[in-house]
Amino acid sequence: MIHADEATPNVLLPAGYDIFWSLVVTVIIGFFFFKYLLPKLNVILDERTAKIEGGLALAEKAQAEAASAKADVERELAEARKEAAGIREEAVSDGGQIVIDARAKAQTEANRIAENAQRQIDAERQAAVVSLRTEVGGLASELASRIVGESLTDDARQSRVIDRFLDELDAGVPSGAAGSRDQEA
Amino acid sequence: MLPGERILSTAAIALPILAETEDSSGSGFHAPGIDEFFPPAIFGSTDLDSWWGFDRIMMVRVIMMVVLLLLLWLGIRRAKLVPGRGQNIIELGVEFVRVQIAEQVLGHERAKPYLAMLTTIFFTVLTMNIAGVIPFLNISGNARVGLPLVLAVWVLVVYLAAGVRKHGVGKYLKAQLFPPGIPWPAYLLITPIEALQVFVLRPATLTIRLLANMMAGHLMLVLCFSATNFLLLEGGGLVKLTSALSFAGGIFITLFEVFVALLQAYIFTLLASIYLNFALEEEH
Repeated sequence: MIHADEATPNVLLPAGYDIFWSLVVTVIIGFFFFKYLLPKLNVILDERTAKIEGGLALAEKAQAEAASAKADVERELAEARKEAAGIREEAVSDGGQIVIDARAKAQTEANRIAENAQRQIDAERQAAVVSLRTEVGGLASELASRIVGESLTDDARQSRVIDRFLDELDAGVPSGAAGSRDQEA
Repeated sequence: MLPGERILSTAAIALPILAETEDSSGSGFHAPGIDEFFPPAIFGSTDLDSWWGFDRIMMVRVIMMVVLLLLLWLGIRRAKLVPGRGQNIIELGVEFVRVQIAEQVLGHERAKPYLAMLTTIFFTVLTMNIAGVIPFLNISGNARVGLPLVLAVWVLVVYLAAGVRKHGVGKYLKAQLFPPGIPWPAYLLITPIEALQVFVLRPATLTIRLLANMMAGHLMLVLCFSATNFLLLEGGGLVKLTSALSFAGGIFITLFEVFVALLQAYIFTLLASIYLNFALEEEH
């Protein structure tokens, strides 16, 4: 209640103690802000800014690295593909060559075997001819002596007769056999 | 005019009406008056020339200061790179002053030396204002002229010093008192106005705007709640129902006062930045 006899205080006129406590409060709060809160916050904020910037730079770097790694991989992959294609082509041509070589080798081998066989056959035939001639000569002279009697007992004559006979036989066989026989004679 | 100031005039109109109610009914209705802001001393003397008195409003100031510092200390004590909840809120407030007020007006580089002062002022004004709606405190620390005056004088001293440091005494005063680009006879008129503006009106308006808003808010709250009390307890019959109306008004004014507390802290800090900007400008 406002009492009529009491002077109404002027709200705009500061009392000494009002100023005093205002100063106390302001100075303490100001001190806290100037010396503690703001420096501490600024350190944190600066650190955060630095960290974010560092993080961004790091991310950028990582991205660039990833991109270059990807390019490397792609390049290597392309190289590998090219190499593989080259190898395949080479293999195909090599294969062709191998087949051709093998075929030629087989051909020569076959020829060699055939030649060997031919030579063996010839040798055996020669042996057969020689043994046959001896045998046939014996048989023939024995047969002839039996038929003609004792007339052909004379050795020299006998031998001449046999040879002539065989020559006549030879005239009827292939030239190779005749030739070889001629050499022997 | 700001909303709070409009309320002051509203209160001035409302007060006599309720005071008449008191006269006609003769009951104990407590009409809030200027005495609200001059409570008795808790210790010392509350005379104008006393330097050591301590009353309820001084107590509110000290309590709010302790609470503010305690909360800030708790929130920032283990400040980390990745902030927790408390640190986030504090950073929000500090960043608001820096980005939305200081750098907006002064620019990034020029704001730097004054950030600490502006932040201190913002938090001090806001904390003291909000005490007006805190139960059991119920009055703003700025509802007495001392604190707004101290803060305004701080701003005055800092912006004068900033101007003098930047331009030198002569050039600063010339730029402030003799703005270029007007015919010289106009200085007869302009120079006294500018002088009054720079040295008296700026700090005075800072002080009175804040003080009047807080006084008006307090008066409105007291009015609403004491009217509710009176109407409910002493009103007869249907008159009791009108207490619901005044109670709802009290709730509304309480919420409004939270807004005004923020708004006044913002305005005080914003104007301080603008005055600093005037002092630091190259050309007026």
